[in-house]
Amino acid sequence: MAENANVSNDAFEPLGKEEHLDNEKIAAPSLTFTQDAWRRLKKNKIAFISMWILLAILVLSLAGPLISPHQPNNAQPAYTNLPPKIPGVHIPGLDGTKAVDGGRVDAYQQQHVPSGKYWILGTDYLGRDLLSRIIAGTRVSLAVALIATLLDLTVGVGYGLISGWRGGRTDMIMQRIIEILSSVPNLVYMILLLVVMRGSLLSISLAIAISSWTTMARLIRAEALTLKSQEYILAARTLGESSWKIAWKHLIPNMSSVIIIQTMFTIPSAIFFEAFLSYIGIGIQPPTASLGTLISDGQKNFQFLPFQMWYPAVVLMVIMICFNLFADGLRDAFDPRSRE
Amino acid sequence: MAKYLLKRLFYLILTLFLIATITFFMMKLLPGTPLSNESKLSHTQIQMIYHTYGLDKPVWQQYLIYLAGMVRGNFGLSFQFDNQPVSYLLATRMPASFQLGIQAMIVGVLLGIIVGGIAAIRRNTWVDGTMTVISILMISIPSFVLAILLQYYIGLKAGAFPVAGWGNFSYTILPTIALAGSPFATTARFIRTEMVDVMSSDYIELAKAKGLTSTGVVYHHALRNSLIPLITLIGPLTVNLMTGSLVVENIFAVPGIGEQFVKSITTNDYPTIMGITMMYSVLLVVVLLITDIVYGIVDPRIRLQGGRS
Repeated sequence: MAENANVSNDAFEPLGKEEHLDNEKIAAPSLTFTQDAWRRLKKNKIAFISMWILLAILVLSLAGPLISPHQPNNAQPAYTNLPPKIPGVHIPGLDGTKAVDGGRVDAYQQQHVPSGKYWILGTDYLGRDLLSRIIAGTRVSLAVALIATLLDLTVGVGYGLISGWRGGRTDMIMQRIIEILSSVPNLVYMILLLVVMRGSLLSISLAIAISSWTTMARLIRAEALTLKSQEYILAARTLGESSWKIAWKHLIPNMSSVIIIQTMFTIPSAIFFEAFLSYIGIGIQPPTASLGTLISDGQKNFQFLPFQMWYPAVVLMVIMICFNLFADGLRDAFDPRSRE
Repeated sequence: MAKYLLKRLFYLILTLFLIATITFFMMKLLPGTPLSNESKLSHTQIQMIYHTYGLDKPVWQQYLIYLAGMVRGNFGLSFQFDNQPVSYLLATRMPASFQLGIQAMIVGVLLGIIVGGIAAIRRNTWVDGTMTVISILMISIPSFVLAILLQYYIGLKAGAFPVAGWGNFSYTILPTIALAGSPFATTARFIRTEMVDVMSSDYIELAKAKGLTSTGVVYHHALRNSLIPLITLIGPLTVNLMTGSLVVENIFAVPGIGEQFVKSITTNDYPTIMGITMMYSVLLVVVLLITDIVYGIVDPRIRLQGGRS
């Protein structure tokens, strides 16, 4: 301290008038809400990787008809239950051999498959190419999940908005309805609906959406109730904006984080329920492939040809894990409480 | 409290009535009859069979008979299982399902509390990371995949437990693990979030300032306060277990309700489907009511008067 006191006056120089104006400048670029969330999502490595894996799976499944080597529903009775074979690869399990009595036998030779023919992930019990079926099945599973989520989104957000915005008696009645609906096990809706309507892409999506929209509606109502009393909403009302426009221009944009996060958690659960329903036999009907039907088919031969269940199961698990991790990351990115 | 209870009971009965009505009319909407595959039967025979099951009466009468029977616990006769009364069918299958469900609930929730708690205490360390990965895995692996893997690798390959069937306690172990996966993961994630929240609250600071040991703080304050909201999770967990039991019981050939349900669905055994549907609904409604009441008692911060918790 004593040393500092000895600094002579010459060591200081007066600041120019213009220079201290810089102090008022905001150095960091101002970020919009989306940009901020994106930046924080990118920091979360796991969520970011999950996002890219999901995008890759989505693109692969959409491009399925172009890239799959065989027709997914084309049965070839001569080539049933062939193990995976990739030419040039000599790892047991991928070289066309299967385990029989402790040793490995070349199944392709046994079944007299012409030498040029091979199936990368093997064939199923009807001689259908497993890889093509997995690609097609993933597409069906994702389609069901997306349609279900879209329905869930429209109904849930609409219902929640009306309930929260109107308030009073309307709100009371709408909330009682939700209370009654949500005390029914969702399994019951889904199974009853599917028993009546028979499994198809649309009926399954509908069944899943019907059993899951109440959560979304509740969240949106709670948001609408808090937003309703904000000044900018009051201002919009005072200026004579219609309720419809306020909902579109003010309420929904301000709820977007809640909506996005809830959607991201709905998708994996929809994928799960599609697989579940198809697995017990009331979902997607054969011969159409979905991850659930593939697992259910593969399970029958699991003891001898474990790959038939492993591959679709792994795809299903990877999708589920990535969606859950991505949703977690998004929640952290959007949640203002986790800001540090 | 009494007023609240009455209100809840009213809604409970209304809910069950609505479910019963919807189930009944949905089943009536179904195309075809249970006899549509029996083309050899003459018209008179069909009429006789319809008469036995009361299917020749007008729909509204069938509906009233169905409702009246249900109140007395009579769900009609099963179409498939040698005309057994559905209620008898369910009663014989309930013990196995309940045992599995309760075991899975206990195992899952207890492990979930432990894992979630440890993750919260060791927040942002490798321990937390591992625990999070485990719970994400368990949430993402569908119960039927887990069940098949357990059955094959632990039951068949390792020969540690019976592969399928129902007998002494060892038969219940694999299905219990398969069922417990989902409650475990849900609980672990829930407890972790709750504990992290609680750990940053003022009374934890106070407890630390008063010189309590860290185990004391965790056990007496953090854990206990995080456990209270866990009660609200019991309802959703019950639903998860119901869903899981359908496939897990099927895979392990457990003579339970879930296995019966799948069988009835695939054989169009409508009285049994309706019976199980009602049973599941009653179970969930009662569980929700009990958890709400218990929550109100355990946590004095929740006021019952508002009726919303």
